[in-house]
Amino acid sequence: MYETSYHRPTSLEEAANLATEKGDEAKYLSGGMTLIPTMKQRLAAPEALIDLRHVGELKGITVNGRSIRIGGGVTHAEVAMSDEIKSVCPGFASLAGLIGDPAVRHMGTVGGSVANFDPAADYPAALLALGGTIHTNKREIAADDFFLGLFETALEEGEIVTAVSFEAPDQCAYEKFRNPASRYAMCGVFVARRADGVKVGVTGAGSSGAFRWSDGEQALSSDFAPEAVDGLTVSEADMMGDIHGSSAYRANLVKVVTKRAVKKALSH
Amino acid sequence: MGVEGIGAKVLRKEDRRFITGRGRYVDDMSVPGMKYAAFVRSPHAHAKITGIDTSSAEGMPGVIGILNGQQLQGDGIGNLICGWAVSSKDGTPMKMGAWPALAVGTVRHVGQAVAIVVAETQLQARDAAEAVMVDYEELPVVTTAVDALKEGAPQLHPEAPGNLIFDWELGDKAATDAAFSKAAHVTKIHIHNNRLVPNPMEPRAALGHYDPAEDHYTCWTTSQNPHVARLVMSAFYNVAPEHKLRVIAPDVGGGFGSKIYIYPEEIVCLWASKRTGVPVKWTSDRSEAFLTDAHGRDHETDVELALDADNKILGLRVGTIANLGAYMSLFSSSVPTYLYATLLSGQYDIPAIHANVKTVYTNTVPVDAYRGAGRPEATYVVERTMETAARELGISPAEFRRKNFIRSFPHQTPVIMAYDAGDFDATLNAGMEAADVAGFEARREEAKSRGKLRGLGMSCYIEACGIAPSKAVGSLGAGVGLWESAEVRVNPVGTIEILTGSHSHGQGHETTFAQLVAERFGLPVDNVQIVHGDTDKVQFGMGTYGSRSGAVGMSAIVKALDKVEAKAKKIAAHVLEADEGDIVIENGEVKVAGTDKKLGWHEVCLGAYTAHNLPDGMEPGLKEGAFYDPTNFTFPAGCYICEVEVDPETGTTEIIQFVAADDFGRVINPMIVEGQVHGGLAQGIGQALLEGTHYDDAGQLLTASYMDYAMPRAWDLPNFKVSTNETLCPGNPLGMKGCGEAGAIGSPPAVINAITDAIGNNDLTMPATPEKVWKALNAVA
Repeated sequence: MYETSYHRPTSLEEAANLATEKGDEAKYLSGGMTLIPTMKQRLAAPEALIDLRHVGELKGITVNGRSIRIGGGVTHAEVAMSDEIKSVCPGFASLAGLIGDPAVRHMGTVGGSVANFDPAADYPAALLALGGTIHTNKREIAADDFFLGLFETALEEGEIVTAVSFEAPDQCAYEKFRNPASRYAMCGVFVARRADGVKVGVTGAGSSGAFRWSDGEQALSSDFAPEAVDGLTVSEADMMGDIHGSSAYRANLVKVVTKRAVKKALSH
Repeated sequence: MGVEGIGAKVLRKEDRRFITGRGRYVDDMSVPGMKYAAFVRSPHAHAKITGIDTSSAEGMPGVIGILNGQQLQGDGIGNLICGWAVSSKDGTPMKMGAWPALAVGTVRHVGQAVAIVVAETQLQARDAAEAVMVDYEELPVVTTAVDALKEGAPQLHPEAPGNLIFDWELGDKAATDAAFSKAAHVTKIHIHNNRLVPNPMEPRAALGHYDPAEDHYTCWTTSQNPHVARLVMSAFYNVAPEHKLRVIAPDVGGGFGSKIYIYPEEIVCLWASKRTGVPVKWTSDRSEAFLTDAHGRDHETDVELALDADNKILGLRVGTIANLGAYMSLFSSSVPTYLYATLLSGQYDIPAIHANVKTVYTNTVPVDAYRGAGRPEATYVVERTMETAARELGISPAEFRRKNFIRSFPHQTPVIMAYDAGDFDATLNAGMEAADVAGFEARREEAKSRGKLRGLGMSCYIEACGIAPSKAVGSLGAGVGLWESAEVRVNPVGTIEILTGSHSHGQGHETTFAQLVAERFGLPVDNVQIVHGDTDKVQFGMGTYGSRSGAVGMSAIVKALDKVEAKAKKIAAHVLEADEGDIVIENGEVKVAGTDKKLGWHEVCLGAYTAHNLPDGMEPGLKEGAFYDPTNFTFPAGCYICEVEVDPETGTTEIIQFVAADDFGRVINPMIVEGQVHGGLAQGIGQALLEGTHYDDAGQLLTASYMDYAMPRAWDLPNFKVSTNETLCPGNPLGMKGCGEAGAIGSPPAVINAITDAIGNNDLTMPATPEKVWKALNAVA
């Protein structure tokens, strides 16, 4: 790791001011489960780290009826163990419980994961399927408009993810097929069913990050059953391919994992 | 057996410090004035070095010195060597290219050390290492052994034209050809044995300290064999004279073979300490470990098995191309030859075998012994071939094996080895019973009803351990003898120190070795201290690898204990005025058999040191040493049976059951043996299912972190069903065979045989990742 300076603001305003002051050379740190290993490998060298984990405004989970709002500084472990989330949207809580290992879940945060938008991160699949909203210190952005491409989001320089929010659907579930090495999602699928239709968010497989599988959504909206996607074909051209799985294999996984997510949702 | 004697499940004495974080590893060592090193490493797989500019790095904060390969050579430090001479079949010696500890002129793999930076802190050393500007002129790259042998392939070493190190053979070619000409059936298969990265939990480290006052060197290093390190560094690398070099290998966190070898870093740290005048410590990070620890396996093999009309084996023909990487590591030549082809007879009576092995340079990390070393490769060849033949013939794989088992011992194979003892039916029967093979078809049907493909695979392995009879290995080209030494020091109060040339880096020697004393004298294991890993304390030893610490290391201890016992009995007989032959030692007492006359063990020991009442002419003291040189290899063997379920939609393999029925000869501590088997199985299953090493065309290691290199985890593994059968080894006093490598040797073919059985396609390479299995399934669907 290169030498860096560490800053621990306690308010959003202080954090944003620090970011303005340090400019391009600063990075927000919100758990650091991606950033710190990258820095240790000397692949990133921010001159300043602004740690958001002590900003009070980013804490807390609020559940109002079926409306869920999770602060950007909430850890995966807090999401996974939240009785309130489990009671209205168990699929989302169980997704958080599948992230990394216990150490990662107690350090990593919702805001950090969403802002980083790793192509294999789990939350983006859920937020796309849930039609979620990403709240920042400047505005609100629909998930569909937020996730743009590999590690690319709608966030502007210095903007902070303060929370994510969504309405709990009638039924939902997350199914994750892990990369044998990293154990990140090689294909993770979140299905969410509401009266007005089904949405399917897919992570780990797409060549430009998490995406909504619209063919799957159509099929499942008319028949919410695993077999509904049997006749569909996922285009290999849109899939990622690497030493762990070709694009053809990932295309197959999108279907298989979607079916399993539907089965899981139906069993809840 | 006493409560802590042979056969007792004594809890490991060493675990208290390990699990409470009190182990003392090289990186924990500190000496006054110590500074830190970082290595400048090649980013290219093959390039000419046209210049090294250290000017800006030298001015950076904390930098003490920057040294390169030309300075190293200028100081007379010798090139790294391979210590086992293997010749080609035409008699020409192996063609070893030069390997300077810091590159001179050319780099041949990504990660090769080019220069060392010594600085006040580790961070400063790393910052400055990055600022060293090395000019490279890139050269063409080759990473696979098969490609490296092709006409027009990039050439690595001028000493080795065509990248061929040697073209070696073993066995009788004419007899094998004759066997094939009579064959009723020939089974042919191509075998790929995947390259593995060793990944011990503790990365390598070295602390070199030159003391100008004494003109003396000390090297703390993560070594499995500190005496060999001292010998090689003095006799071959000219770093320091042997009597002025102390090598200490303190607690070492796993080796699996990768810490046998003497690497550039410890040589350079010692040399740099003298050059810069400060003690120099280097600790590998995980990325460096991937790029510099010697890798394992990496064979491509064509096999042919000739059978008569009665399904008896007539002959075996094996052609292997082994990738040795960019340089010949210390024992690299022996692994694909004398540790591999000599085991190709497996558990079977094969009249004729011919093996041809070509070893090849490529622009990859050097390859050397890794848990099993040659024997896993041999077992994979034999057991995949046996299973394939049985399937081709439509006969029971178990009965086919049984039909060809060796049943009379000693048995001379056509490939050097003379098996001394074994009972292959016993382990096969034990394995099949534990695995409930009889009930398998019903389980397969039940799985099918759940949409899963169930498969069963077995592997009847044999290995050669207790490495090794010195005379025999000497005749085969080894540069060292492979005996072991021990010294038993009895203190005046009766407690005992055992000094051993074996080295424990996870094996539990502090417990197992102490159990020998508990057995012999009835003393508690807590009264015994095992001393190892320091060339100033232990006179000499050959270290720990090749499952040798029990069969060879403990045999040396037994010999020394014999001498201690004999002297203690003489003293007691003299004091008690009894006949020496009537003295027995048990439960910590030295007694005259059949009487109530006795002395406490501690009284005899004190008597040896007060010397007030010793037999005339006897020297005072109670301390004995012994060297033990084995008369043969030992031959652990067993039967492993794996049952899997494949998910046809994703190709994921789940191991439902894994049975290991082993014959390790005498077992000293069954709990530790079980642990060794579990660890070996985890590594073998890791090789079979998960661990793939990938280079790209430019020679960059794509799997250089745990994001891409798939290490086995607890959830990948089932609960193992392990058992042992004790056919005693006739060659050593305890009847031990060794258990450290069996799990990694026997398991890969069992796993792949099970998966190929499940999916009905035999064309599957390791690691059998979900994607590969899915593709293999779709190929036959």
